[in-house]
Amino acid sequence: MNWIQHLGRNAIDRVAAIGRASMMLFGAIFGKPNFVKGFPLLVKQLYVVGVLSLIIILVSGLFIGMVLALQGYTVLVGYGAEGSLGQMVSLSLLRELGPVVTALLFAGRAGSALTAEIGLMKATEQLTSLEMMAVDPLKRIIAPRFWAGVISMPILALMFSSIGLLGGHLVGVEWLGVDSGGFWSVMQASVDFEKDVLNGVIKSIVFAIVVTWIAIFKGYDAIPTSEGISQATTQTVVQSSLAVLGFDFVLTALMFG
Amino acid sequence: MSEQNNTPAPLVELKNVTFSRGDRLIYDDISMSFPKGKVTAIMGPSGIGKTTLLRLIGGQLRPDSGEILVADKNIPSLSRSELYKAREKMSMLFQSGALFTEMSVFDNVAFPIREHTKLPEDIIRSMVLMKLESVGLRGARDLMPNELSGGMARRAALARSIALDPELIMYDEPFVGQDPISMGVLVRLIKSLNNSLNLTSIVVSHDVKELMSIADYIYIIAEKRVIGHGTKEQLLASESPLVQQFLKGEADGPVPFHFNASPLAEDLM
Amino acid sequence: MNSKKVELLVGFFVALGIASLLFLALKVAGTNVSGSGDTYQLKAKFENIGGLKVRSAIKVGGVIVGRVEAITLDLEDYLPVVVLAIDKNYDNFPDTSSLSILTSGLLGEQYLGLTPGFIDETVEILGDGDYIEDTKSALVLEELIGQFLFSQGSE
Repeated sequence: MNWIQHLGRNAIDRVAAIGRASMMLFGAIFGKPNFVKGFPLLVKQLYVVGVLSLIIILVSGLFIGMVLALQGYTVLVGYGAEGSLGQMVSLSLLRELGPVVTALLFAGRAGSALTAEIGLMKATEQLTSLEMMAVDPLKRIIAPRFWAGVISMPILALMFSSIGLLGGHLVGVEWLGVDSGGFWSVMQASVDFEKDVLNGVIKSIVFAIVVTWIAIFKGYDAIPTSEGISQATTQTVVQSSLAVLGFDFVLTALMFG
Repeated sequence: MSEQNNTPAPLVELKNVTFSRGDRLIYDDISMSFPKGKVTAIMGPSGIGKTTLLRLIGGQLRPDSGEILVADKNIPSLSRSELYKAREKMSMLFQSGALFTEMSVFDNVAFPIREHTKLPEDIIRSMVLMKLESVGLRGARDLMPNELSGGMARRAALARSIALDPELIMYDEPFVGQDPISMGVLVRLIKSLNNSLNLTSIVVSHDVKELMSIADYIYIIAEKRVIGHGTKEQLLASESPLVQQFLKGEADGPVPFHFNASPLAEDLM
Repeated sequence: MNSKKVELLVGFFVALGIASLLFLALKVAGTNVSGSGDTYQLKAKFENIGGLKVRSAIKVGGVIVGRVEAITLDLEDYLPVVVLAIDKNYDNFPDTSSLSILTSGLLGEQYLGLTPGFIDETVEILGDGDYIEDTKSALVLEELIGQFLFSQGSE
């Protein structure tokens, strides 16, 4: 019976955590926002969460685009269909790799940083001290970070796909000699703005909510010791990566299935 | 446990407060009162939840039963917005100082003023400089918290807690980990701020000597309840063995050296 | 870091994001703002255009001379009409030229192959809006197989 009890306790803990996470998010994003004070905070977090993630996103996007073109070319050329390279690269990037890889990188780069920062604020009593100063830490600390994550990730995913396509063009057209006009025209003939580009954006908005939510909750709920924070940071990366992949399957099934 | 007759009206009062965390009972039906304009000390061995007491007064924790009155308002029964209103009158100095690490000392002290008032920046500047002057850190205003020593960080945090001229200030273990000089500075600051700003101070600590020198009234807590209270003289004259053990710092006595456990022989079998 | 610089970088970040969206919308999804002006139009009717798409290439001996601009259906004879945009540099194809729908490779995309015809004094040069009369439709696999089976059966 022991493992059933264990399972039960685990399930109760999980549900309780989801409840706490929902309460936190609810407290952070509902209620009257204060635009005068809130906007500079949001801009600061957009910088920390978005701008500072730019390099890793651009570099990864470029290389993934280049690799896609290289791999795609070697397969397609066997069928004499290397002209379809543009289609393959663009659809892979826009529908899947752009949103998903961006979300995974974002979880590693910005999500873990958010968890560690908020966890340390908790450990050093900064959150409690805000409360005692009659400043709501949910509004002051959590809300701007949440919105910054939700706004930056779709932007980063768009940049990822764009630079990936340029990388694919670089390898496919400049190095391997696929016809440039054909590269773009096949792409334009097969990519639909709403179906592919916008669905990709919707995906990355969903991923943004999931990853940022997990990251800030793990920090906010961390055990305020150095061990607790390192655990929370790891959990953020693991759980948000798994959540992204799970949601990706569901969303893909809904959108393209 | 005689009633005080010459103390002013209490600003903070705990009436029959019981609090437990999970299954563990922390406070069992305790009552205390903290007179206005005085320094009241709460002493006791570590690990009995002295910080918890301050959180109860600050409304961050709710007691299982009993009343906590701050300026005649029962803190546990306040709504969220009323509680935030009440907290603007109180202030707490945390063990670590809890300065915001991404802001300079100046911005840290200015933070509560900017949050709660709409004063122009030049008035805020002079207010902040005055507060920093009173803790002797006017010259350190542009430093970041990680550039301060532990004692300086605590003084900067003290300047921040008095930024909005609160009525009540709670010190959570202000002397922990301080060298004798910064300890002396803090002791002097607590006393002088209390007198010059007409604050009500509650100091939680287990540094007997320092507290004795500044406290007007002292509570000793152990084993979930108040085991002794009174002025310094009253306590020193107390016949309670518990109080004497604590004041003299004896290792074993009525407060046992060992954490509750089954007999050693039984454990080793 | 002062807040001016932060604001500037965030502004730059958002602008770059919008630029990416525009790039994806216009260049990749081909939500087309009309192309360059130096082309002229030819038209051609086919029996069947197969997998030909807008923006497919038009090649003469492998050299791209233009792209498919539009594909419509003529409602009188229910035949597809393909509008070709040909580069102005190649403006002397005779009206004896023929057009066929070809496939690059076994599985590749389809394109239009333009074969210039002979020129003598009775032949006119194709101008803007003219029809190319001689067209060969796309090969549809099912029809080929059908014909093959039919010819096998009749033997």
